[in-house]
Amino acid sequence: MKIDVKKPGLLTTVQDRGRSGYYHLGIPPSGAMDQLSSRAANLLVGNDEGGAVLECALMGPELTFSDATHIAVTGAEMMPSIDGEAQPTNAVIAVGAGQTLTFGFAQGGARAYLAVAGGIDVPEALGSRSTYALGALGGLDGRPLQAGDVLPVGRAASVPPTDRQLPDELRMPLSKEHELRMVRGLYDHRVTPDSMETFLGETWTVGSEADRIGYRLKGGTPLEFVPRTPPFGAGDDPSNIVDACYPIGSVQVPSGKEPIVLHRDAVSGGGYMMVGTVISADMDRIGQMQPNAGVRFVDVTVEEALDARRERAARLDRIRHLLAC
Amino acid sequence: MTTTTSTRYTLGGDEHLFVELSESMSLDAFFRGLLITNELSARSLAGVTEICPANASFQVRFDPDVLDVRRLQAVLEEIESRIGDRESTLDTRIVEIPVYYQDPWTHETLMRFRERHQDPSSTDIEYAARINGYADVDSFIEAHSGTPWFVSMVGFVAGLPFMYQMVERDKQIQVPKYLTPRTDTPKQTVGYGGSFSCIYSVRGAGGYQMFGVTPVPIYDPEHKSDHLSEFAIFFKPGDIVTYRPIDRAEYDEILAAVERNDYTLRTAPVTFSLAEFEADPAGYPARMLEALDED
Repeated sequence: MKIDVKKPGLLTTVQDRGRSGYYHLGIPPSGAMDQLSSRAANLLVGNDEGGAVLECALMGPELTFSDATHIAVTGAEMMPSIDGEAQPTNAVIAVGAGQTLTFGFAQGGARAYLAVAGGIDVPEALGSRSTYALGALGGLDGRPLQAGDVLPVGRAASVPPTDRQLPDELRMPLSKEHELRMVRGLYDHRVTPDSMETFLGETWTVGSEADRIGYRLKGGTPLEFVPRTPPFGAGDDPSNIVDACYPIGSVQVPSGKEPIVLHRDAVSGGGYMMVGTVISADMDRIGQMQPNAGVRFVDVTVEEALDARRERAARLDRIRHLLAC
Repeated sequence: MTTTTSTRYTLGGDEHLFVELSESMSLDAFFRGLLITNELSARSLAGVTEICPANASFQVRFDPDVLDVRRLQAVLEEIESRIGDRESTLDTRIVEIPVYYQDPWTHETLMRFRERHQDPSSTDIEYAARINGYADVDSFIEAHSGTPWFVSMVGFVAGLPFMYQMVERDKQIQVPKYLTPRTDTPKQTVGYGGSFSCIYSVRGAGGYQMFGVTPVPIYDPEHKSDHLSEFAIFFKPGDIVTYRPIDRAEYDEILAAVERNDYTLRTAPVTFSLAEFEADPAGYPARMLEALDED
């Protein structure tokens, strides 16, 4: 069983749950940016929930399947069609041998997840099939898909019931405005209290540099820094720190101007101050933020972050329960 | 070693504990970070998923469903309090990296990005030499390659080492980063920013000043070179590096050997003592280099 890539789409990569344990060497976790959607896609077709799927950004690929199989598309609304016939999202889709899957441009959300029964069967690299393009690691030859690629598919463990669906309330919400909860900290003491209040009160706009490494946000007021003598080795800009590790989800603000929220392909460290970190429960949402979407940061406590984490885990449990074979 | 009270614990959301040992760079802060993170790693605390030492800070990623952050902090504080009495020695290795300074490839790249530079009328290395008070580029290269460096952090992208030079602070080279980062840097460029030298492991964006290039790969997910056959990344924090200036002929020779899979990187085991270095910051690094000749 294989899939021929006729057109690669805007940016399609193989992703799974990601890899752990190499961040200290500059290799980030990678993996699907919206884990709730990618896991649901896998569960719909009867795969292990952390199996390898295709993550399709904004405009999906055109793919031809060698054999009859079952697929599911979750996340962004990207209008899948089989041989020109429109198909539902968040449901099991039967595909015949030789049929071709196409997508439209994302109508809501930014990333669709395509799971195929049996999973995308590229070799594991450092314990994961996820693509880390900067390091040419994992996925298909360490890079996004290209026309002419052939994707191997694993053996399906079972045939999924074709009436299986993910109900509305368990889908990732796809809105034009987003609230990202963050825990303040790291270097927020470098910013004046008034300026920090302004930062948290504003609506930012997702810029064009919004990818798996990080999301750059525009349109807000530049930060005002507390005066200081630059520490040795940091650099003269008030936003410079002695190069340190960046938490996944951290919000760095180079020169105090445009915040960047780091995601699953994050650069693992560098010399810019960070004002806080988006909580783990809200990382999935970032993957569904389109360019030009509005974003507000909401300051929460760690206790609130942990509550939200439990809510996300409960939501995932409901998806598992509902889609159990 | 003196214990300082400057350690600052701060949260990176619900999954990261970020620990700043010193606001400014120092070997003492680097060593404390390395000793603390090595000890944390040895304890295999359930729930710890990533331990990332950096130049003067470190970060621990954890699963809050398994490990309470207050417990993690208490463990780290306890480790740090013991580190205070421990002699700062490190069993590590010294590695010789050949560098072709002022090579044509970084030169071509830096010329393309002159409008992003502090001094568009000179090259990166001419600028760095001048602002650090060196009479000419040759004497600057002598200073850059005369004393070994610590790998004080690995990261940014896969396997990129940040290095801090083993000299007294008043002799340390400092240069700003580019005004705006470049969108291109040749693979294996030897760069400089703040008080850190680095080797770019892959081609890509970068903001450090470019001084030269090494023909030796330091990252390869395909494991082609001998020194990368077991793992894609060569460097780890605590490694000691010495740069050896080479000319174009030797660069071409080494590159050809690398491509034939016939190049052996010179390395030797070595023990570093912070106390001995601090007692004799000029003589001790020179003695460390002798390990390469003994091997």
